[in-house]
Amino acid sequence: MSLFNRMETVLKAKMNKIVNRMEDPRETLDYSYEKQLEMLQGVKRGVAEVATSKKRLQLQRSKLMQSIDKLSGQARDAIKSDREDLARLALERKGALELQVQGLDQQIADLEKEQDKLVAAEKRLSTKVEIFRTKKETIKAQYTAAESQVKINESVSGISEEMADVGLAVERAENKTQDMKARASALDELIETGTLDDVTSSGDDIDRELAKISAESNVETELAKLRMEEGK
Amino acid sequence: MIIRIMGEGQFEVPGSLFDELNIIDNRIVDLVAKENEADYRTELSRLINVIKSNGKQLDDASIVESNIIVPPEDLSLQEAKEIFTGSGLLED
Repeated sequence: MSLFNRMETVLKAKMNKIVNRMEDPRETLDYSYEKQLEMLQGVKRGVAEVATSKKRLQLQRSKLMQSIDKLSGQARDAIKSDREDLARLALERKGALELQVQGLDQQIADLEKEQDKLVAAEKRLSTKVEIFRTKKETIKAQYTAAESQVKINESVSGISEEMADVGLAVERAENKTQDMKARASALDELIETGTLDDVTSSGDDIDRELAKISAESNVETELAKLRMEEGK
Repeated sequence: MIIRIMGEGQFEVPGSLFDELNIIDNRIVDLVAKENEADYRTELSRLINVIKSNGKQLDDASIVESNIIVPPEDLSLQEAKEIFTGSGLLED
């Protein structure tokens, strides 16, 4: 079955279930509206939490940057007092932290992009829910007046579809915020437990070996630079 | 012909467009079956673009029944598979 036929079948089946469960369509409309409002609130809260997670990551990043500065200073001091071994150690640690910052930058950028998308979705949903509210009042009034039965049926099937659409949209927005929240907190945890410190834990043997070589050569380059600057 | 793009509202498009849409739609079904994520994305956004560029968006306040319902553009391959095989996107 094609994607749009299937989409329609899925929606209609679900809508029929809801409509059949309630005898008075006016109740169904009110119920659905309440439900939409509730879910929309959930999405709004989610968006706020995602923003908080992003801030937390940015804070982590600035802490790491401080450590990097400190390690640079230590390496320089070590060179001054002719302790190349200490300088090497400091530079190695600094390299590991720099990698971690890169990882964080990527995560922060991703989170930001998705946050923007969610905010846009949330705005669109708010508008739709509001329109739905006005529309449902019209239909309720129509129904009450029992004017033209045919016209009411048409409106009811149209609004059922709209109900399903808004419902689906908020549900997906909610799922997305959940995913993002989970991702952000997983990352926080990784940083806290220091797992992210272990830069050689990913990739195969060759990757690891290459990473080691490039990290070593970075350290050598920086050492040489420091030595030259300090005239040692 | 009235087409609803989920999450984006309804569009009125000429009925002559149906054949073209159907071809893209069938291709999407095929790509989902083959789990070809990249081409699936392209085709889905093409489907939606064709509707938007050939159609006139209906006023949000006028809600009528659609002839065709098209899934949202950011529908993942996994979600599309669920629509084809499972109980669909909405919870019971």
